[in-house]
Amino acid sequence: MFGRLSYNMVDEPTQQEAIRAAAEAVADRLEDEKEYLTELDSAIGDADHGSNLARGFRAAADAVADDEESTPEELVKKIGVTLISKVGGASGPLYGGSIMSASQTFEEGVTAESSVAFAEAYLDKVKDRGDAQLGAKTMVDALTPAVHTFKKSIEVDELPPLTAFAKATAAAERGVEYTVPIRAQKGRASYLGWRSVGHQDPGATSTWFIMQELLEVADDYLEGETDVDARSPTIPEETPDEVEEEA
Amino acid sequence: MIGLVVVSHSHKAAEGICELAAQMGGDAPLEPAGGDGEGGIGTDASRIGDAIAAADDGEGVVVLVDLGSAVMNAELAIEMTEANATIADAPILEGALNAAVEATNEKATVESVLEKAEEARTYRKTS
Repeated sequence: MFGRLSYNMVDEPTQQEAIRAAAEAVADRLEDEKEYLTELDSAIGDADHGSNLARGFRAAADAVADDEESTPEELVKKIGVTLISKVGGASGPLYGGSIMSASQTFEEGVTAESSVAFAEAYLDKVKDRGDAQLGAKTMVDALTPAVHTFKKSIEVDELPPLTAFAKATAAAERGVEYTVPIRAQKGRASYLGWRSVGHQDPGATSTWFIMQELLEVADDYLEGETDVDARSPTIPEETPDEVEEEA
Repeated sequence: MIGLVVVSHSHKAAEGICELAAQMGGDAPLEPAGGDGEGGIGTDASRIGDAIAAADDGEGVVVLVDLGSAVMNAELAIEMTEANATIADAPILEGALNAAVEATNEKATVESVLEKAEEARTYRKTS
């Protein structure tokens, strides 16, 4: 399916270590950004995004910190389940529920292929659960370009997974910027109507922060360039799915 | 008997709606699942899951919800429970009253309680 099988990632104990490190890095980052995220949320929401996420990811990182037994799939699931019970609000089901549900894509471990599957499953679940489409001023606006860029970078452009994820993170940043000038159609912000225009979406922003931390941790374990932008070097004649079928 | 769960962002609202519905619904199992579990405003999937388990005697549960995350957390709780539970697409207060009345009907099913709850969607307050 993939042209470059040499891009297999790391062995299972290393995957487990990386997942624990990622949970820790995300928890620390969200603690640091707590006030900023809450400030964004107080403009167009209920002013709890920063504290809810920081509390939830701290609990999730603690839940896996000393877990040497669980497989990568089980670790990721545990992070999701902990978020569901500790985050609260809509973010509990959206972040935690989607991580929990998408964790099954890591049944055979974390590879380039399963990471793409995870990203797609996560996005699908967020859209389904939140009933949100692109352009509604939600985290979907950061996730969609990120997931598309990641998938294409791996399946069509055959970039190393680390570089593909760096491009995806750059794409998420552009998605975050896109949420600023558009009117909210979902969540508490939609009650504000036109008053939501001009404000950056907190969920899209925290999604991008989380990706930045995942990228930092991935950089410790994988080879590849990370100083990249979201542009793609190719214009494919087929969609990635068709490429997949032909291979 | 079909059980009912009332999910609101406010613990007080969930309890109050159950109180009102109990007046109409006699002995139908009614469980409030309001607030974030820490005294604040919000909804919590595990509280909703516990309430579903408490309201279920094996025949099923109908869940009434208020806004946004109440729906998402109720969906998540239902995915994680063994009980036959369904969310009513109905206004939370009027829907809960209708559902409680129907639940006391001996022949009530999850479907019939759901249908009665959802009839409340068209209720007018004036005219």
